[in-house]
Order: sequence, then structure tokens, then C-alpha cells
Amino acid sequence: MAIENGNQDNPNNKNRYAYSGRNSWSGALFGIGLAAFIDETIFHQLLRWHHFYDKSTTDIGLISDGLFHAFSWFATIAALFMFADLRRRNALWSTRWVGGMLLGAGGFQLYDGIIQHKLMQIHQIRYVENIFIYDLIWNALAILMITAGILAVRTQNRKQSGKTASHEHS
Amino acid sequence: MNIHNHIQHNDVTYVDSVAWIIPQVILALPFILALILYILATTFSNRRYKSWPLHRTVFWVLGVYFAVFSIAGPLAARAHLDFSAHMLAHLLLGMLAPLFMVLAAPMTLILRTLSVPRARRLTKFLRSWPARMLTNPIIASFLNIGGLWLLYTTDLYSLMHESIVVHLIVHAHVFLAGYLFTVSIVYIDPIPHRRSFLYRAAVLILALAGHSILSKYIYAHPPYGVPLEQAELGGMLMYYGGDAIDIIIIFILCLQWFKATRPRIEASMDQQ
Repeated sequence: MAIENGNQDNPNNKNRYAYSGRNSWSGALFGIGLAAFIDETIFHQLLRWHHFYDKSTTDIGLISDGLFHAFSWFATIAALFMFADLRRRNALWSTRWVGGMLLGAGGFQLYDGIIQHKLMQIHQIRYVENIFIYDLIWNALAILMITAGILAVRTQNRKQSGKTASHEHS
Repeated sequence: MNIHNHIQHNDVTYVDSVAWIIPQVILALPFILALILYILATTFSNRRYKSWPLHRTVFWVLGVYFAVFSIAGPLAARAHLDFSAHMLAHLLLGMLAPLFMVLAAPMTLILRTLSVPRARRLTKFLRSWPARMLTNPIIASFLNIGGLWLLYTTDLYSLMHESIVVHLIVHAHVFLAGYLFTVSIVYIDPIPHRRSFLYRAAVLILALAGHSILSKYIYAHPPYGVPLEQAELGGMLMYYGGDAIDIIIIFILCLQWFKATRPRIEASMDQQ
């Protein structure tokens, strides 16, 4: 928050309102990429809980997995270039960016946990008896991230409308 | 095509088979020729223009090296027997070699080497409708990823090991389609009908998805004549190896976006 207040004194901070959309998008894309990256490195490679391919995978699950895999790869890199672009324009809005990131990461994790793991059966979180607990924690964390993300972006929206009003008066 | 033949192939290694030296030479020769022509073109055009950047020549040499490495020599010989070796060779021939060769900007070099009337005729050809069609990202993606689906989900893969002609066609196609795909996504050389970044990003993501889906499909459904363990290893190699090379293409595309959208107007307004 300290950085936040510091930024508001910056004479260039008007740019952040013009680029508020790009802030959220950059954050959201990075969040999707980050969630996918953690999924791949920690759960596939290090813990080896997730399987590369599960025989129960439906055709649509295979397609969904491939699309999200490709999209998250692209999203991570594109989001970082957008981040650099925002900084270059003095338009970085950190709370909004982090809010977007939480929304992206939570959204991806919820989709992965409910649709891909459960409905499309691409693979389970871990191949153990009490899988329900794993699913519960996985999806609860996802919902927590989404809620925090919505709160961050909404607070910013309220602040933004207040700010623009005061901006016009001055 | 029958199973009896396949067992024989595993006994008699292709390395010993003289017949398979010929396609290796036929496939490698154009690349060697391309290397010689590229270096000749740099020396000739350096006399008239400023020196051709060294890193572009290095990219061309690397591209030719990986292409030749994948179609001739020990890796190519192993690729006949071992599916994961085949997959490595195809990653090099269809993705890495084309990427390096695109980064070497061969078309720019040709245009500055040719005389002006000839260069004009070449650009006229580049603007013709067949050239425009082939460098369209969607069509190039279909040629590239569609070709791979055809190769690994039909009898084409086993046919490739039986017939030298099919072998030549498949390998030439893998390289050319890979080159066209890279050229259509990453703009290094002059290209007619440039597409927006968003358009190319969307096509790139769909093409990558097609590649990932196919690699998991191969993991689960081995091509005819490929043992399960080899298919699993090959599928994972295709999945992660493809990712490693794609990350470079994505990076270049995003970097080009970053440079193109630099805030020119706002910077001048700030100075006032």
C-alpha cells in the first residue's frame, strides 16, 4: 500500500487510469500462467502427483488440456511484456495488477480442479484413497484467490471513480 | 507393411543398409547448397552494402547444422528404429532448424544480393497469390500441424519406413511446413500482407495446442509398429521439446509487439 500511495503522488499517474484495463489483463494473464507453471513444475515434475496422461481422459479433456497448456505458455510471456510496457508508460497499478493475477490464477485453478480433473477426468490431483480432501483444499484455495482478486479490483474501482472526480475539480 | 517385415527391420539395422544412405544424401544436399549460397551472397553483397550482420550468418549455420544432423548421420539412422530418436530428429528438423533459418533473414539477403530488376521480379512473386496463401498463418499452421496429425495417426508413419520416396516427401514437408509456419508468425524478412499481433498470437496458440494434443494422443495411441514405451517417451519428448522451442517463438513475437507499441506520441507530449 505504501508503494500505492507513493504512485498516486506521481504526476504521471494519470496514465494508470487510461491503462487500467491493461493492468488487469496483464495481471490475469500472468496469474493463469503462474498457476499453470506451478501445476506443471510442482505437481507434475517434482511431486509426480499428476500424471502426464490418464486412460480415463475424455477426448474433450485432451483438447482442453492442450488449449490451456498452449494458452498459459503464451500468457506468461505476454503478461510480462505487458508489465514492462505498463512500467515504460508509468501506468503500472500494482493493486489492480495483483488483483488481476489472483483472479487469473484462481480462475484457472478452479477450472482445472472442477472441469478438467472431475468432469473431463484428465488426471487426479494425487492417486490416493481420500482424494476428496485434496479436491476440497485445491478448489477452496481457488475460490479464496478469486474472492481476494475481486475484492482488490473492486476496491480499486471505487477508489478510481473517487479519484477521477477529484481530478476534474482540481 | 506386414508384421514380418517389421521384425526384420529390427534385426537388420538400417545403418548397414546402403539403400538408406541415398535419401540421407538427397535430403542433406539442398541444405549444404543453401549454406554455400548464403555465404557467397554475404560476401558478394558486402561489397555494395554495409557488412551483413554476423549473427544472421551464425543463425543460418546453426539452422543448416540442426537440419543436416536430423536427416543424415547417426541420429537419422537411429530414427528408423527408435521412435524417440525419430521424434528428436523431427523437433530439430521441423521446429529448431526452421526457427534459426528464419532468424537468418535469407529473403532480405537475397533481395540485396540480386540486381534491382531481378529483386523486383522476386518481390512480385512474393506478392503473388500463391506466396501470400502459403505465408498466411492459418494455412501455414494447417500444413504444419495437419501434416503431423496425418503422419502419426495414419499408416503414413510405417509407410515412411518402407518407401524411400515417402520418406523423402515426409521429411521435405516437415521442414518446409515448419519454415512457412515460423515465417508466418515471426516477421524477420519482408512479408506481404502483414497480420496483426493478436491474429498471429491466436493462431500460434491454436497451433501449439494442436501440437500438445497430438503429443498426448501419441502417448496413448502409438503409431502403427511403435512399441508402447517408445511412444510414451516420444510423446513426452514432443510435448516438452515443443514447449522449449515454442517459448522462443512466443518471446520473439511478444518482443516485436513490445517494440512496435512503444509510446512515441506520449513521450513527445511529456516533453512539451
